[in-house]
Amino acid sequence: MIELNNVSKSFTLHNQGSAVIPVMEGANLKVAPGECVGLVGASGAGKSTLMRLIYGNYLAASGQILIGDVDVAKAEPREILELRRKTLGYVSQFLRVVPRVATLDVVAEPLLAVGEDQAVARDKAASLLAQLNIPERLWGLSPTTFSGGEQQRVNIARGFAHDYPAMLLDEPTASLDAQNRATVLGLINSAKARGAAIVGIFHDEAAREEVCDRFIDVTGYSPQVAA
Amino acid sequence: MTPLLQVRDIRKTYGSFVGCTDVSFDLYPGEVMGIVGESGSGKSTLLNCLAGHLPPDQGEVVFDTLADGPVDTVTMSEPERRMLSRTDWAFVHQHARDGLRMSVSAGGNIGERLMAVGDRHYGNIRERAVDWLGRVEIKEERVDDRPTAFSGGMQQRLQIARNLVTGPRLVFMDEPTGGLDVSVQARLLDLLRGLVREMGLSAIIVTHDLAVVRLLADRLMVMKDGHVVETGLTDQVLDDPQHAYTQLLVSSVLQV
Amino acid sequence: MSDYNFAYLDEQTKRMIRRAILKGLAIPGYQVPFASREMPMPYGWGTGGVQVSAATLTPDDTLKVIDQGADDTTNAVSIRKFFERTAGVATTEETGEADVIQTRHRIPEAALREDQILVYQVPIPEPLRFLEPRETETRKMHALEEYGLMHVKLYEDISQHGAIATSYAYPVKVEGRYVMDPSPIPKFDNPKMEMAAIQLFGAGREQRIYAVPPYTKIVSLDFEDYPFEASKADHACDLCGSEHSYLDEVILDDKGGRMFVCSDTDYCRSRRAEGYVGRLGTENELEASA
Repeated sequence: MIELNNVSKSFTLHNQGSAVIPVMEGANLKVAPGECVGLVGASGAGKSTLMRLIYGNYLAASGQILIGDVDVAKAEPREILELRRKTLGYVSQFLRVVPRVATLDVVAEPLLAVGEDQAVARDKAASLLAQLNIPERLWGLSPTTFSGGEQQRVNIARGFAHDYPAMLLDEPTASLDAQNRATVLGLINSAKARGAAIVGIFHDEAAREEVCDRFIDVTGYSPQVAA
Repeated sequence: MTPLLQVRDIRKTYGSFVGCTDVSFDLYPGEVMGIVGESGSGKSTLLNCLAGHLPPDQGEVVFDTLADGPVDTVTMSEPERRMLSRTDWAFVHQHARDGLRMSVSAGGNIGERLMAVGDRHYGNIRERAVDWLGRVEIKEERVDDRPTAFSGGMQQRLQIARNLVTGPRLVFMDEPTGGLDVSVQARLLDLLRGLVREMGLSAIIVTHDLAVVRLLADRLMVMKDGHVVETGLTDQVLDDPQHAYTQLLVSSVLQV
Repeated sequence: MSDYNFAYLDEQTKRMIRRAILKGLAIPGYQVPFASREMPMPYGWGTGGVQVSAATLTPDDTLKVIDQGADDTTNAVSIRKFFERTAGVATTEETGEADVIQTRHRIPEAALREDQILVYQVPIPEPLRFLEPRETETRKMHALEEYGLMHVKLYEDISQHGAIATSYAYPVKVEGRYVMDPSPIPKFDNPKMEMAAIQLFGAGREQRIYAVPPYTKIVSLDFEDYPFEASKADHACDLCGSEHSYLDEVILDDKGGRMFVCSDTDYCRSRRAEGYVGRLGTENELEASA
C-alpha cells in the first residue's frame, strides 16, 4: 500500500548563501495493508521528514513514493488532494483548523469531503469524540481554545473519522492519559484490522510495542555527513 | 476529467512594464487555487485577465461552459463573456463597495443577478434573497437595509451572497479578507470554506495573506515581478518552499 | 414674420436633427446622440423638445403646446409664442386641430391620429441612470440588452412601499428591444403610447433624441406577481365629470377643501362644451368665462 524506493530529500536555503542541506538519502520502505510500521531513530534523524515526504507536504528530491498506484513524488497537486481526501490520512501533532468552527464539524469534515451525508458524518464524529472523552458540552466550541491534550484528541478523532486505507500517525499517544491512550491504541488496532497500512512515530515505547508489527530506523537514511 | 479552466501563456503588459507573463495552469472542478505575491507582483493583473476585466495581450483562458464545452473566453464575444460573468462566474472584490450597489437594499443587491438572468417574480426573488442572507449569516430583518448601514464584514458577506445566488461554478476573489478585523476574517473564511464545499465551487483567490491561503486554498501559485516562480500544493509550498522568493516570503511571516 | 430663419434654427442644424429623428424612428427606443444647440431659454424649459419641434414643423402646420396637459401654463405659453414669432405657424389649443403637439409630462386624453406628431420634452433620457451613473456602462447595457438593473429599481420600490411606487417616468420596453424612459409622464399615460401618431423625444441638455414609430409595441416593466397598473386619482373630474381622464388635485382653501380637475385642459373644455357637468361645474360656466 505504501512503498518508498530510494527517496532522497535536501533543503536549499536560498536566502542563507544557498546552502544545500541534504537530510535524507536512499530511503526505502514498504508497508502492506493491515500492517503498522514504526519509525525509530534519534531526534532529528528524519522521522517527521519521512512522514511529510509520504504525505506530499515535503517535495522529494528524487525517488518514488507510491501510495496505491499514485507516486506522490511526481503527482499533480490535484492527484495528491484526491489521495489525501480518500486514501491517505494524517494525524499530526498539531491541530490546524479555521478558528470559530465547532469541534463536531472539525471532526466531521473529512467525512463530508468524501461526500458523506451531513447527519451520518456528525453521528460518527460524535461517537469518536465520546470515545475520546471530549465532554459533549465542548463539541459546539472551537477546539482552538482547548487544552493541548484535548486538541490532540480532537485531532485524532478527525484523523480516524474516515476509514483511510493508508495512515500516517505522528505521536498519536503523546500527552494522553492512560485511558485515552488505550482508546487511541484501540482505534489503531481496529484500523489495522480493517486493512489500513500505517506508518507511525511513537516515542511511547509501550504503545509502539503494542501496535507496531516492525520498526524502521531512519538513521540509516541519513546522508553521510562527511560526503 | 476536463479542467474547468485552462489558462495558457497569458501575458499582459502596460507599455514596457510587464504586468504578468508566461502564466499557464489548469484548474479542476472543486479546486481552490491561491495566488500570492507582494503588491505589484502581477497577481491582480492576472486575476483581471482571467475574469475578463482586462484583455490580455496574448494567451487563452479556456472555460468549460455548460452549453458548449471548453471555449476561449478571451476571444468570445463580449455579450457572451458578460453573460458568463453573471451566471457561471462570480467576482468578489476586496472592497465591498466595488462589488455592491451601495444605494440599493441588501435584498436588491442579491436579487440583481436573478433579475439579470430573467427572474420576474418578486416573491421568488425576495425569498431567495432572504435565504442567502441567512446563509451568509445576516439577519432577515436587514433585507431592506442598504449596505451603507452594514459593517465591513457584513458588506463583504453580502457581496458574497450577491455573487453566489446564481450558483456560479467559478469564483474569482481579490483579497476577500483584506481590510477586515482578524475575528471577522476568521468568520468569513469559515463561511467561504463551507460554501466552497457545499456548492462544489472552484475558486481563484488572490491575496498576500499566507494564512488565508493555507486555510482556503488547495493549491498555490507564487508570483514575483509578473512571473510565476513556484506552484504546488498549498502546504507543500508553504512548508517546503523551493524558490528563493517563496522562502523569503514564508520566512517573513510574523509569528503570533 | 421676422428676421429669424424659419423656426429659429438654421437649415443645417434642422437637417442634422432630422437625421437623428429618422435614425431614432428606425431603431425604436434607441437614444440617438445629436449636437444640441443653445436655445434662447434655459435648460429644463424644453430645449430638446423645441429643437425637435423646430426640425419637424413646416409652414403649413398647426402647433399645440401643453405643459402638464394644460395649454395655459407659463412653459406652454412661452414655447407657443416662441414658434408664433420665429416660425409664424398657426397655433391651437385643440388637440384634434394640431399637426404637431409639443408636450411636457402628459399625453393628451383624446386619441391621436396617424397624421399627428407628439414631441416630448425629456429631462433625463437614460432610464438606467439612477442606478448606473457611468454612461459608458449604460450604453453597453442597452447594446447587450442587460436590463436586470431596471427591475432592481422596481424591486426596491416594492420592498420599500409594498407596491411599485414609481408613478411617473415609468420605464417601458419598446418593441421587445430597448428599455426607454417615456419622459416624466404619469404611468397612467403609458398604455396610450401604443398610438397612431409618431412620438419623438428630445433631451436638450443630455443631447439625445429617441422615437417611437406609430403602432409600436410598448410594454411597461413589471413583476409577474406585481403587474403594472395605470393608476390615477380615484375621482371623477369635478368640472366635466370624466371618470377616465388623468386628474390634477387643486387645493381650494385652508380648511381641507379641494377639487379634482382634468389635467388635459382641452379635453375638459371640449367635454363641458358637449354638456358634461361635474360635481362643481356649472351649466353655463363657459359662457360666463368667455
